[in-house]
Amino acid sequence: MTPLEKVEGRAIPLGLKNVDTDVIIPAHWLKTTTREGMGRGAFESLRADPDNLFDRPQYKDAPILIAGDNFGCGSSREHAAWALGDLGIRVVIAPSYSDIFSGNAVKNGILPVVLPQAAIDRLMEVAETDPVHVDLDTQTVTTPFQDRFAFEIDPFRKMCLLEGLDEISLTEKSDAAIGAYEQKLDAERPWMRPAAAGL
Amino acid sequence: MTRPRTLYEKIWDAHVVERRPDGTCLIFIDRHLVHEVTSPQAFAGLRASGRTVRRPDLTLAVPDHNVPTTARLDAAGNKLPIADPESAAQLAALEKNAPDFGIRYIDAVAPEQGIVHVVGPEQGFSLPGTTIVCGDSHTACHGGIGALAFGIGTSEVEHVLATQTLLLQPAKTMEVRVEGEVGPGVSAKDIILHITGTIGAAGGTGHVIEYTGSAIRALSIEGRLTVSNMAIEGGARAGLIAPDEVTFEYLKGRPYAPKGADWDAAVEYWKSLATDPGATYDKVVVIDAADIAPSVTWGTSPEDVVPITGSVPDPASFADPSKQAAAAKSLAYMGLEPGTRMQDVPIENIFIGSCTNSRIEDMRAAAAVIKGRKKAPGVKWAIVVPGSGLVKRQAEAEGLDRIFIDAGLEWREPGCSACLAMNPDKVPAGERCASTSNRNFVGRQGPGARTHLVSPAMAAAAAVTGHLTDVRELMG
Repeated sequence: MTPLEKVEGRAIPLGLKNVDTDVIIPAHWLKTTTREGMGRGAFESLRADPDNLFDRPQYKDAPILIAGDNFGCGSSREHAAWALGDLGIRVVIAPSYSDIFSGNAVKNGILPVVLPQAAIDRLMEVAETDPVHVDLDTQTVTTPFQDRFAFEIDPFRKMCLLEGLDEISLTEKSDAAIGAYEQKLDAERPWMRPAAAGL
Repeated sequence: MTRPRTLYEKIWDAHVVERRPDGTCLIFIDRHLVHEVTSPQAFAGLRASGRTVRRPDLTLAVPDHNVPTTARLDAAGNKLPIADPESAAQLAALEKNAPDFGIRYIDAVAPEQGIVHVVGPEQGFSLPGTTIVCGDSHTACHGGIGALAFGIGTSEVEHVLATQTLLLQPAKTMEVRVEGEVGPGVSAKDIILHITGTIGAAGGTGHVIEYTGSAIRALSIEGRLTVSNMAIEGGARAGLIAPDEVTFEYLKGRPYAPKGADWDAAVEYWKSLATDPGATYDKVVVIDAADIAPSVTWGTSPEDVVPITGSVPDPASFADPSKQAAAAKSLAYMGLEPGTRMQDVPIENIFIGSCTNSRIEDMRAAAAVIKGRKKAPGVKWAIVVPGSGLVKRQAEAEGLDRIFIDAGLEWREPGCSACLAMNPDKVPAGERCASTSNRNFVGRQGPGARTHLVSPAMAAAAAVTGHLTDVRELMG
């Protein structure tokens, strides 16, 4: 995973609320066994409109996306995060996210910044003409017009993003604790194992 | 004496392997369901890093999203090829990955095959008090039997395969209490549609919802699975319903459920899981069951719910300006005018199925309305897709398949089907579908498809009248 610390560039002022994962990447793009190339299907229904935001020259390769409440709701498909990543998006800024999407985003080196609607409204305005700067280390979003918005982030997620951590390697350090839990479970609740009489 | 705890807190506490200083916990996962769409990249990751599956015995793989719902075997009993090469590749990958990693696999032509969220409880693989994950957001479904079950992304699928754990932050708790008795024609689906309309699509974000109250207790397991299934439509990653005698009766004797003395020990443990008197939730919503009508969605978010007796709302009637804009966009997509009576909306397609509503009780509810009637001439396509091979055979033993077929509906093989249009079952652009599935998102049932979410009985009613219909008017 590519570490993320500072991101500066144009921000796509999408602004819509309840942007679901079927909008981010429709199901027919999920028929693949790899993680690559999802950007081609990203926001397909919105991009069917020739005047869509994503394909305007000023937002080509924009690393930031601004959205409304409950971004990434719906399906658990990580393909939504892969699609954003493939489009070049490293940061999403919204008032709230679905729980599954924000987890998937972080695991793919995408920072989900939470800011109140008033800040979103201001950033949408700035994004029309100017770049936005996001600094994960200082947890701030700034603009060329002296706007400065501080955001909160879970410290573990922050560390994973800053260091580009592979979570599985981290968990494998707890191998002994997992083994001890399994032994205790087998001793206390042996019936938790699926019955041998299964299929 | 320990402080009173909720059902969620008890299950969470029993699964903490390690607690980190920042509050993140390493949580043990008791059951992992795997399907063909969100797993190939996870298995590829394991291969690339030389990792194995830590607990293949706790993992069960079933293909469901991509499988066609037309015949899978020819007359001689040979497997028919899958026309779509991409679907075929994903199915082939699961068929290879499962044995390569020592995982139990239910083949697409096995009698037990079906939608993972139907198969899990039906096989007794899903149990109360367990943690269950699957690379599918409707894993919330298994909360209906009292399991802490939630959807995960593919990176987490790989993490669980490799370590049988997940790193998680504890969720907040929310109680949705539905008190009283629902009226005739009102099903579990109407209850959860009404709840979603009440709390909103993000109402449960960051929370696990426990459904309580006499109207929930009165539901069968099939009904409870329907309610918990759509917890995610209210933003909650998981739903929960406390296990009780109804749950134990449902699970007893199922293939993977505990047997003999193990069963007794399990039941005793499950009885201890109910929320303690005096335990508090971070958020409480109380709903009067008498206020719930047969319900239907008008827009493109599952929160866009009205009673069938209602009308398409005027976007200007919403207080929130962003909701006004979203409603206007939804209505343009749905081709609806404000003020149109829901019952005047014509329907060309019917889908009875999905992990929300494809269990035997759903089949019975739909058949009861269809019986003795015919599909309306305006309905071009109407399919009934049982949730599993076992549901299909049970329905056939009861003669339900004949009722559907005689009325002009199609009786299909099990799978996710037109819920998300990954297999050939799609709703044509610009046409409407009365669907028993869980999402009415733009393009969900096919590009340009217009979805109205309803209960199985309401879908059946629309099938015979050709428009959205108050099922109570068709009831004897």
